[in-house]
Amino acid sequence: MLQVWKSFYARSDPAKAYSLLSPALILVTLAMLIPLGLMLSFSFFTQVSFTEIDYSFTVQRYIDFFQKNLLVSLLIKSVKISFIVTFVTLLTAYPVCYYIAFYVKKNKMLWLVLLTLPFWTSYLLRVFSWKIILGTKGVINSSLINAGLLSEPLTFLMYSETAVIITLTHAWAAFALLPLYVSLDKIDFSLIEAARDLGLSRLETFWKITLPLSLPGIIGAILIIFIPTVGDYVTPALLGGTDGRMLSNMIQAYFGKVNNLPLGAASATIMLITVAIVTMIVSYTTKKLTQRIS
Amino acid sequence: MNDSFIQINGISKHFGNVKAVDDVSFQIKEGEFFSLLGPSGCGKTTLLRLLAGFEYPTSGNLLLDGSDITALPPDKRPTNMVFQNYAIFPHINVEKNVQFGLRKLGLTNDEIIKRVKDVLSLVKLEGYEERYSSQLSGGQRQRVALARALVRQPKVLLLDEPLGALDKKLRDEMQLELRTLQKEIGITFVFVTHDQQEAISMSDRVAVMSEGKIQQMSSPNELYKNPQNIFVSDFIGETNFLKAKTESKDGEYINVNIEDLGSFKIKNNLNISENASDVICSVRPETMMIDKEKSDWDICLEGKIKQTSYLGEMTKFYVETKEIEKIITVSSQYFDNQSFQDGKCFISINLNDISLLNKK
Repeated sequence: MLQVWKSFYARSDPAKAYSLLSPALILVTLAMLIPLGLMLSFSFFTQVSFTEIDYSFTVQRYIDFFQKNLLVSLLIKSVKISFIVTFVTLLTAYPVCYYIAFYVKKNKMLWLVLLTLPFWTSYLLRVFSWKIILGTKGVINSSLINAGLLSEPLTFLMYSETAVIITLTHAWAAFALLPLYVSLDKIDFSLIEAARDLGLSRLETFWKITLPLSLPGIIGAILIIFIPTVGDYVTPALLGGTDGRMLSNMIQAYFGKVNNLPLGAASATIMLITVAIVTMIVSYTTKKLTQRIS
Repeated sequence: MNDSFIQINGISKHFGNVKAVDDVSFQIKEGEFFSLLGPSGCGKTTLLRLLAGFEYPTSGNLLLDGSDITALPPDKRPTNMVFQNYAIFPHINVEKNVQFGLRKLGLTNDEIIKRVKDVLSLVKLEGYEERYSSQLSGGQRQRVALARALVRQPKVLLLDEPLGALDKKLRDEMQLELRTLQKEIGITFVFVTHDQQEAISMSDRVAVMSEGKIQQMSSPNELYKNPQNIFVSDFIGETNFLKAKTESKDGEYINVNIEDLGSFKIKNNLNISENASDVICSVRPETMMIDKEKSDWDICLEGKIKQTSYLGEMTKFYVETKEIEKIITVSSQYFDNQSFQDGKCFISINLNDISLLNKK
């Protein structure tokens, strides 16, 4: 019996694949699929009173969501903030990666490690340190006032959308660096030289060769930043104030003090679907756009 | 034809302390197939990249067809390059790769289409327009790279070891094809290679480089038959070196005392006048004769075969002699590895085949 199994295993690639995948599969099933399924089913129930839930099927919670202007506007704001964060991160991380990939000859790894140095401290700690930097009596405001450039502190820096955008951008930059660096480092420099040799200026070479060839890294970076930032609630909760509140803060409230689990679950599901759609649109258009460029 | 089409005037290129190209001056003729030959690290590729504009010289200047191109960026030079790894753009197909360099030339659409069609037929790649780099073989990629450079009708085509990645059979074929192509279109080719056979078989002229300097620049024939120093003699083909001292000059000839062999009168191709200077005598393996019998050649030595290598069209014998300490390499088309059962043989040398080299 054992012999039969052994020879089957040796010849079957799927058997090998599944046995290697099984730890991850078990974890994903237990920690992801089951909670996700539970959440999905809760979104079709009704909260009758504070402790009581009506388990009969209804899509009323989804209708509720779109009838509440606050929730829709928070969803739009979440997506908007994430877009800005993604864009700013790409804009700042890309040149750095370009430099390391093409101009740093020795110790490339050291550069990357140094760039990720701030990320060795905890996320929460970094959010708090931005509080110190951006606050009314924080580093920026007090130095500007002491320098005589301002008479009153800048209030838009703290407890605002700006604060959320700055903090999230910094928090996720490291995750953009790696995919961007890898895709740029893979580009054979002679392709860039060839484009110059064939009459293109530096800028044209960037548009026609470097950018399209680093596209996988750009899409990777967009997804890696966009997906988690849409759902982030720590930063908006700590630094957002009322202005910088995002949908995830509302979802947290529904599951917590407001105690409307079904509506919270419906909001979370809608957010999930939104992220999926936005992600697909982004990667599709980015691809199309670069095809047109080249 | 312009004899000084490309003028390289005192060009040096230093990378930190390394002198990649060290004060090099020469000229390349219009329509010439010119090769830069040398071992890796000799500066040949750096020199080519200086011509292409990927590097700028530390000192010296470059003139192409009378105008100074020293400071021009690559996109402003009338040169195009075939890269060692071909550098075919992987995200666009063959046709777009070839069109790539035409956009900036201000051609009409019809002209672009015609030029692409013509050049693809020139390099025998019709029907491959829609393919991507990953769908091509090494030889086909090489042709795309060639087409992409030639379609711009550059004044000079620069080739950086373009045949290095191909297998031997294909390489031989491409050598012939490249040579024919060059004669057909008449564009000046500057060809970089480390393969001496390749350089000799294709070029009108070859510059042998070592340590950033030109060692010798001449026709392939001249290079093989009349090397000017030990480096060139050693690098081009195979040879035996014998130590010698000059004695007295005798017109076009000079008496030379070859170590362990005695005095001989040989042609003074180096124009040496002084006495008692150390020189090296070089004898090519194929100019010597190996036989079972003694011969009446100028020098005939008895020897013992230590090792043979059979190459098909000829056999190389590594022979030990009583007189000379070093093992002498002799090649023969007539005898092979089975001809000398006991290993006993005679090797003969004609004085005409000995060339004199300066000891460096």
